[in-house]
Amino acid sequence: MTIEIEGAAQAAAEHGPTAGEYIRHHLAHNSAHAQGIIDFSNINYDTVLWSLVMATITAVFLIMGSRRMQAGVPGRFQGLIEWIAEMVEDQSKSIVHGDRSFIAPLALTVFIWVLLMNSMDFLPVDLFARLFAWTGHGEPHFRVVPTADLNGTMGMALVVLALMLYYNVKIKGAGGFVHELFNAPFGAHPALWIPNFGLNLIEFVARTVSLAMRLFGNMFAGELIFLLIALLGAQWGASTSVGTSLALSGLHIFAGSVWAVFHILIVLLQAFIFMMLTLVYMGQAHEGH
Amino acid sequence: MTTSAFVALACGLIIGLGAIGACIGIGVMGGKYIEASARQPELMNTLQTKMFLLAGLIDAAFLIGVGIAMMFAFASPFGA
Repeated sequence: MTIEIEGAAQAAAEHGPTAGEYIRHHLAHNSAHAQGIIDFSNINYDTVLWSLVMATITAVFLIMGSRRMQAGVPGRFQGLIEWIAEMVEDQSKSIVHGDRSFIAPLALTVFIWVLLMNSMDFLPVDLFARLFAWTGHGEPHFRVVPTADLNGTMGMALVVLALMLYYNVKIKGAGGFVHELFNAPFGAHPALWIPNFGLNLIEFVARTVSLAMRLFGNMFAGELIFLLIALLGAQWGASTSVGTSLALSGLHIFAGSVWAVFHILIVLLQAFIFMMLTLVYMGQAHEGH
Repeated sequence: MTTSAFVALACGLIIGLGAIGACIGIGVMGGKYIEASARQPELMNTLQTKMFLLAGLIDAAFLIGVGIAMMFAFASPFGA
């Protein structure tokens, strides 16, 4: 944002970006090469980096909690972990009727990991841009919210799909699963095999895609609104009248605070929804139609 | 009308029509929740968790639409 203050204050605007350029720069990923809509040879290095960092923090957090566990009155850290674990355990107990020894920790990990990745959205939008500029690395593209990248969320949703298929086959047997695929919603008549299979296929695809895109849409829209609010602050040097500049900058601070507080709710809610849907899909694999 | 005009119109329609559905859905669900809380106040807390979960699910399609509309607005694949 200070890049814009300098650029706008010089009034000739030789190197200050326009609003569209600013947003396009901030929405581009640090990737192997430029992105098309679908390009499987491309890797978004920033998404990979930040999801690994958040996964490491999640693992360290939970492992430290389990190491320091003590009977008696728990400390605050242990109390926090117990609170989260108990919440996840209650949800999983009511949803999944079967062996939960893998599914409940899966839900806990997914919840904390998605929560941490979503929380990267609270960092100021230009923080890493300034850090890169100060350390002399220029202005690379760098997006820090892995769940605001459809690749990130789709990866997680594909793992949930793989687990759905695994648990379906494990609980019902391969033959039982195929039988259910072709006979499930409508009935066991051979003429209904194709409609049954079509509906089941659509159900699996819709669950996976909606899981991925729900999280992506929420986080992407949130990040974009932060960027648009940051553009308000860029008006500090752009207007000729002091009143307008002050008003817009004040609006920037106010709108930024309000949106940040609302976004806390969205971050928590989306992590909770991802966890709940993972549990629901695992539970449905256990029950069958 | 140019391509960018059509893209702008598309973004407006996506967000506007999506908002209609999402807001009516949340309104109906919220109304039912308040009604249920008035009838059985002891169920307020258990229902609140489920209500937030449903709110997130109802908003899903709308926010997917917002994400797509934002992508059209700033990085349009139509060459606008």
